[in-house]
Amino acid sequence: MSRFSALSLLRGAISGHKNVEPQWPNSELKSEYDVVIIGAGGHGLGAAYYLAKEHGVTNTAVIDKGWLGGGNTGRNTTIIRSNYLYDESARLYDHAVDLWDGLSQELNYNVMFSQRGVMMLAHNVHDVQSFKRHIHSNRLNGVDNVWLSPEQAKAKCPPLNISSTARYPVMGAAFQQRAGTARHDAVAWGYARAAAARGVDIVQNCPVVRISRGADGAVNGVETARGFVKAKKVAVSAAGGTSVIMDTAGVRLPLESYPLQALVSEPVKPVCPGVVMSNTVHAYISQSDKGELVIGSGTDQYVSYSQRGGLPLIEHTLAAICEVFPSFRRMRMLRKWGGVVDVTPDRSPILGKTPVGGLYLNCGWGTGGFKATPGSAHVFAHTIAKDEPHPINAPFTLSRFETGRLIDEAAAAAVAH
Amino acid sequence: MLLIRCPYCAETLPELEFEYSGEAHIARPQNPSDEPDDQWKDYLFIRSNVRGEHAEQWRHTHGCGRYFNALRNTVSDKFITTYPMGETRPDINCAGEEKNEQLAR
Amino acid sequence: MNNWRVKGKGRINTNKTVSFTFDGTAYKGYEGDTVASALLANGVHLMGRSFKYHRPRGPVTAGSEEPNALIGTSRAGQGQFEPNTKATTQEIYQGLITTSQNKWPSLNFDIGEINDRLYRLFAAGFYYKTFMWPKSFWDKLYEPVIRATAGLGKAPSHDDPDTYASRYLHTDLLIVGAGPAGLAAALTAMKSGADVVLVDENPELGGSLLFENATTLNDQACDEWLAKAVAELAAAPNVRVLTRATAIGYYHENMVGVAEKLTDHLTRVPDGAPRERMWRIRAKEVILAQGAIERPLVFGNNDRPGVLMASAAQTYLNRFGVKVGDCAAVVTTHDSAWFAAFDLADAGVKIPVIVDLRQDASQDLQRGAAERGIAVRLGHTVATVKGRKRASGITICEVNAGSQSDAVSSIACDTVLMSGGWTPSLHLFSHTKGSLIWDEENEVFLPGEKTERCHIAGAGRGLWGQQQAFDDGKHAALEALSALGQSATPNAVNVRGDRTGTGVVMEELPGAGGGSAPRAFVDFQNDVCAKDIRLAVREGMRSIEHVKRFTTTGMATDQGKLSNMNGLKIAAKQLECPVPAVGLTTFRPPYTPTTFGSFAGYHKGELFEVTRKTNIDSWAEENAAVFESVSLWRRARYFPKVGEDMDAAVLRECRQTRASVGMFDASTLGKIEVVGPDAAEFMNRIYTNPWSKLAPGRCRYGLMLGEDGFIRDDGVIGRISQDRFHVTTTTGGAARVLTMMEHFLQTEWPELDVWLTSTTEQWSTIALNGPNARKVLEPFVTDADLSAEAFPHMALKECLVAGFEARVFRVSFTGELGFEVNVPAEHGRALWELLHEEGQKHGLCVYGTEAMHVMRAEKGYIIVGQETDGTVTPADAGLTWAIGKKKPDFVGKRSLSRPDMLQADRKQLIGLLTEDPNTVLEEGAQIVEVGDTAIPAKMLGHVTSSYWSSALNRSIALALVEGGHHRDGGAVDIPMPGKTHRANVTGTVFYDPEGERLNM
Repeated sequence: MSRFSALSLLRGAISGHKNVEPQWPNSELKSEYDVVIIGAGGHGLGAAYYLAKEHGVTNTAVIDKGWLGGGNTGRNTTIIRSNYLYDESARLYDHAVDLWDGLSQELNYNVMFSQRGVMMLAHNVHDVQSFKRHIHSNRLNGVDNVWLSPEQAKAKCPPLNISSTARYPVMGAAFQQRAGTARHDAVAWGYARAAAARGVDIVQNCPVVRISRGADGAVNGVETARGFVKAKKVAVSAAGGTSVIMDTAGVRLPLESYPLQALVSEPVKPVCPGVVMSNTVHAYISQSDKGELVIGSGTDQYVSYSQRGGLPLIEHTLAAICEVFPSFRRMRMLRKWGGVVDVTPDRSPILGKTPVGGLYLNCGWGTGGFKATPGSAHVFAHTIAKDEPHPINAPFTLSRFETGRLIDEAAAAAVAH
Repeated sequence: MLLIRCPYCAETLPELEFEYSGEAHIARPQNPSDEPDDQWKDYLFIRSNVRGEHAEQWRHTHGCGRYFNALRNTVSDKFITTYPMGETRPDINCAGEEKNEQLAR
Repeated sequence: MNNWRVKGKGRINTNKTVSFTFDGTAYKGYEGDTVASALLANGVHLMGRSFKYHRPRGPVTAGSEEPNALIGTSRAGQGQFEPNTKATTQEIYQGLITTSQNKWPSLNFDIGEINDRLYRLFAAGFYYKTFMWPKSFWDKLYEPVIRATAGLGKAPSHDDPDTYASRYLHTDLLIVGAGPAGLAAALTAMKSGADVVLVDENPELGGSLLFENATTLNDQACDEWLAKAVAELAAAPNVRVLTRATAIGYYHENMVGVAEKLTDHLTRVPDGAPRERMWRIRAKEVILAQGAIERPLVFGNNDRPGVLMASAAQTYLNRFGVKVGDCAAVVTTHDSAWFAAFDLADAGVKIPVIVDLRQDASQDLQRGAAERGIAVRLGHTVATVKGRKRASGITICEVNAGSQSDAVSSIACDTVLMSGGWTPSLHLFSHTKGSLIWDEENEVFLPGEKTERCHIAGAGRGLWGQQQAFDDGKHAALEALSALGQSATPNAVNVRGDRTGTGVVMEELPGAGGGSAPRAFVDFQNDVCAKDIRLAVREGMRSIEHVKRFTTTGMATDQGKLSNMNGLKIAAKQLECPVPAVGLTTFRPPYTPTTFGSFAGYHKGELFEVTRKTNIDSWAEENAAVFESVSLWRRARYFPKVGEDMDAAVLRECRQTRASVGMFDASTLGKIEVVGPDAAEFMNRIYTNPWSKLAPGRCRYGLMLGEDGFIRDDGVIGRISQDRFHVTTTTGGAARVLTMMEHFLQTEWPELDVWLTSTTEQWSTIALNGPNARKVLEPFVTDADLSAEAFPHMALKECLVAGFEARVFRVSFTGELGFEVNVPAEHGRALWELLHEEGQKHGLCVYGTEAMHVMRAEKGYIIVGQETDGTVTPADAGLTWAIGKKKPDFVGKRSLSRPDMLQADRKQLIGLLTEDPNTVLEEGAQIVEVGDTAIPAKMLGHVTSSYWSSALNRSIALALVEGGHHRDGGAVDIPMPGKTHRANVTGTVFYDPEGERLNM
C-alpha cells in the first residue's frame, strides 16, 4: 500500500488522482481464521491492527453487521481525556492518550488528534471537592490536570458565562491540556487501512448470528449471514450489540444498552477553542475543525436499540448549553443523531477474558469508548494474543462484579450531600 | 417521548410522568445470606438486555406513584402491554393485539 | 430601484416599501419579499461564498433548502445577530441588517478564493493524508489555519436578549405542509368533527400553488381559489393554522416538534413577545404533505451565481414579482422546467434555449416553446457555464450516446435555469424509522412500511401535478378520519391546465466529466464535486455513509436536500451497483436548522432549574447570608459580618456555638414519614440498624446501604409511635431514598403494611446547638419538660413550641447539646425570629453549612457524599456499630461478605493531624506512604474533609486511607505541588471524645 504524504498528494493533484487505490479491499469472508473480531469500530479494527503489528497475528477477520465505523465510533462527540480518578482508569485512558499522540504518524492517516484541552466546570462546593480530588490524583499518576479560576476558564473559552448570579455559577474548572478531540471517522478508516495493509480481512455488511462453541466448551467459530467461519479465537467488540451476541455463547453480562443522543450546530468561525464539560448542568461541547459545535446529550432512561431518542432530552441539553454559553442561544441545531451505548453497573468497561475459552470481551464503555480507542485496542490485542490480560486491563475483569472490586468512577462524582 | 399506559390509572400518559426502573421479574432471593457469590452477582448485576421484547419495571412517579411491569420492544420502543406488579409476564402472542388496541384509545 | 420587478406579478405588497441593508448598502424591497427576492429585484445575485473554495454564490433556490445564499442577520442593537440565515426564507422588515459571510476582505473580492485555484490539492478527504509532518505542526500551524478558514458565519458574541416559548398541543389530526395535498387534506378534515392542526414553514399557505399558479381550480383562478381556501380554514373552528412553523422532527408516538417563528419578520416586536415557539404536537393521526424538492443537475460550473432551479425562478416571478434575469437559458431532464421557461417568457424574459437531455419531448411542450419563439435543443447537454460572479453564457453539445460530441456551441445568457426532476420530501417519515422503498421506474425513494400512525400525501408518494396532489390529500384525510372514527364529505377540487410532467433522473451530465473540465458541483455549500464522489468510491468508500463522511456531501446546512440523490446516483454508477445497494443516508432531525433557544424554551436563568428555598431562606437573605447550592436547594453557607471573609465568619460561628448557642436552618434535610403496622419491620429491612426495640419517643442514627453494600444515605430517625417513624435523609438524597424505599416496598415486600410519605416540605427544621441551647428553647415550651433527665440525648417529643405543633428531637450534629425543632413549614420563619430574639440574651449566633461542616468534622461525623463516594462500606467508614448484628437480612447485607468487601487493604476512614498544626490540607488531596515520591505514586487514599478547628486551635482532617484502621499512630505524606505535608493518623473524633457535652 502506498504511503500518504504531501508529495503523494501533490502527485495525485497533478495527475488528477489517477492512481488512487482503495484504502482497504472489500474482503470476501474466508472459511477459517485464527482470530475473528466481531465489530468493525475503532476498538475492533484497532485490535486487529495491533494483533498484526505487535503479535504477528494476521490471519484475522473483522466482521461487522453494517459498514465499518458505523456504530458508536461514528456517532460520538470525539472527546478524548484521561483525567480519571482511580488509578486503574487513569492508566487505561492515559495509555490511550499516549497512543493518540502520534497515532496519525503511526497509521499514516491524519486522525486529527488535537490537544486543545478539556475543561470540566465546577458549579458547587461538592464539584470543587470532587475535581480537586481528581486533580491531585491525576498529578500523582503523572496525568496532567490543573485547577482554573472562573476567570482563567473564561480566558480559555471566551463565550463561557462566569456570572456569579447564574443559576449554576462557575466556581472553577479542572483543565487537562493533553486532552482534546480527534476525527472519529478517520480513526476507523486509519485503523482499517493499516490493518488491511497487514493482511487483515475487513468484512462489512455481514451480521454474526451466533458464536459457536465446541465440545470442550471453547469457541470454534462464528455463524454469520454468509455461513460458518472457523476461528480459534473470537473477540467481541460490539458495543450496544454485545449482550445479544454474547448470549449466543451462553455468557450473560452485567450490561444494559441505552440510547444516547448527540447533535451539531451549523458551522461557524472558531468560537470555542477546547472541550467544555459540565456534569452538573449536563452540558458537553466542543467545536469541530469544520466549525460545528458538537454537543453531547444524555441517555434516555430506558433500554433501547432504536437509535431514536426523545425530544425532552435535547431540550434539556440545549437549555444547559445556553445557560453556560448564553450567546449560543441564536445558534442553530443542524442535525441530531442517536447511538446505543452499553453501560456496566460501575460505568467502567469490561476488557479481558471470559469464562469461555478463546472468547474475549471488550464492552461496557458507556459514553466513554471513543477516547479509549487506541489504548483499549492495544491491550485487547495483547489479551487475545497472549490469552492473558495486559497489566493495564487486568483490573477490568468480568469477575469484579462478583467479588465487588468495582471501579466506580461515576459514584465518585455523583453523590450529593 | 413515549406514551405509557399505567395499569392502575388506566390511562395512557406521556413518558415524563414515569420513571424507568430496570428489568422486571428479577426477584430478590428469599434469603440473600444463603446465596453463593455468583448467584448474588446475577441478582445484582446480570441483565438480559434483549433486543426485542423486554420485560421492565416502570413507576408512575408523577401520577399514582405505583410500580408496574411492561413489555416493550427495545428495537421499536413500542409498548406491547403493561401489567400490575405481581402478575406474571403475559404471553404476548395472545395479549399483544388486544392491548395494543387499548394503548391506542 | 427594483429594475427586475415585473409589474402585475407576485404576491408582495407593492404599496409598502421596506428598506434594509446588505453589507452596508441600503436596498429597497416590498412587504412580502425575502432578502433574496429583494436583492434579486435589485439585480444582486452574488450573496455568499462557498465553504471550501470560497466560490462566489447566489441563491439557487427560493426556499428552506437553500445551500448558497446564507447571510448574517441582525436588528439594530446588541445580541440579535445570527449567522447562516437563509436569504431565501428571511423576510425583510424595515431596518433589517444583513451581511455576507465567509469572505475577506469583501464579498466581491475574497482572498480565500485562492483555494478555488488550488482545488486539485483539496480533493475529497485530502486532509486525512497530509498535515502530519512534522508532527508538532498539527497543533501549532495546520489545525489553527484549518479552523480559521472553516466555518461559515460568525457566532453571536452577545447574550441573546430574546425569549423563547414552548407549548404542548394535543390534536386529532396534524397536517404537515399546506401545498395542494395538505390543503385538500385540511379542507376535507375541516368538515369532520376532528380537531385539526395545519402547519407550514412559509409565511402563507399554498405551497407550490404560490408559484405554479397558472391553473384553474374549480373554475376559479388559482390565486383566487387559494385565498378562499385560506379564509375557509381560518374561519373553521376545528382547524388551527400555524404559518412560519416548521415541523422539525417526528418523535415517538406521533409527537411532532414544530418550530414557529414569531417575530423575525416584524419591524417592531411587541414588548415581551417571544421570538420563537416550540410546539410539541401530539396527534392521533399525522398527514405528511411535505411535497418534493427540485433536484439540481450536475454540470460544469453549475454553481455560478445566476444558475437557479427552474422552480426557484418561477417562484421569484410568480410569488415575488421578480425576474431572475433578462436572458435565461434552460437545461433540464424534466418537463417542469419547460413550464417555468414559459412563465418567464410570458413575463418578458428572453429564453434563448431550452436544452433537454432527453431525445424527445411532448408535442405540447414543443408547441409551447415554438409559440414563444424559444429554441429547443433536444438530446443536448450543457458542458459548462461561463462567467464567474454571474453566469454569462453556456456551452452546449449533443448527448451522443451519452458521450460528448465535438460540436460545442455557446449561447449567451445571464441566467441558467436547471431541473433534474423532483425528490419526494420524506424527511419526517424517515425520522420515524419508516422504511423507504426504491421505485425503480421513477428512480425515487418512496415511503414503505410505517412505524407511526401517519399518512403520506401528494408528491411525497411520487404523485406529480396538482390534480393528483389534491386527490391524494383528500384521500389521506379520509383515511386518517376513518382511523379516528370520523368521516367527512369532501369537496372535489378540479384542476384545469394542470402541468403534470415527467422526466428522467441523471447522474452527472454527459460532457461534464473530463479531467480538465470545469468542476460540476453536487453539494454546493460544501464544494463537493462529482469527481470527489467518484474519487471517494475509488478509495474504497462503498457505502453512502462512507462517501458522505469522506466527501462531506449532504452534510452542509441544507442537510443534503439538494445533493443527496445526485450524490447517490453518482456513487452507484461508479460502484456499478443499483442505488438501493449503496443505501440512503438517514435523514436526521431537525428538518431545517433550528435555534438552540427554541429548544431551550423557557428554561433560562432562574427557570433553568427550580431553586428550592426553605421558609427561613428569606431571613437569611435579609441577613446577608452567602449561599451555596446543594442539589436543587440553596442553603446559607455563612453569615459574614461587615469586613469578615468566609474563614473569619466560620471561625466566629463555630466559637460562639460551642461557647454559648448557635442556630441553623436544617429544613433542607429530607424527611419521610414511614407509617403502618409493619413500619418497624420495613425499617429493619431498609436500614442497617435494628429498629424493633427502639422505643417510641427515641431516635437513632440510621444507615442505609445500596444492595451492593455501599453507603447510600444516613440520618437521624425518630420513632414517633409504635407504627410511625420520622425519617430524615441527607439534603440531596431525599428523593433517591424515597424511591428506593418505594421500590422495595412495592416490588419485593408488598405484604408489608406500610405507607411512605415525603414530608420534606411539610416541616421547617431549626437546629439549636450549644451549651445554652436549652435556655433559648425552654421559654417557648410549656407542655413538656426539656431537662436533661426528662429529655435525654436521642429522645424526641411532640409538643407545642411557641404555640406551634412541633416535633422536637434532642440530637446534635455539632457535638453540643442540641435540639432540632420541626414545626409546620409555614411557621418556620416566625419561630426562627422568636428564637433569634430570645437567643440574643445568650449571645446566640446564626451559623451556616460551612460552620456545621467544621463542627461535625471535629466530632468525626461523616457526611454521605463527602466522606463516602459510593464505594464505601459501613466498615470502611467505621460504622459497624450501626449494623444490627442479629438481623438476618437488610438491603446490602449480603454484598458485605463478598470477597473484596473483606479485604484488609480497603480504604478506611481515619483522622489526620498535620505535623504543622497551621497547615489546613486541601480537600481531595492524595495520600501516600511516608517518603514515597514516585510518579506514578502508590496512592493510599485522599483527604475527604479538612478545616481549621477553632475548638482545637489547629487544623484537622478526615481521610479515606488504605488499611487506615491499622495505621493509628502512624504517619502519612500528602504531596502537594511544591511541598509535601506530613500528618499523623488518629481516630476520627477530635473534640470531646467522651461525648460529655452532648449530655448536658
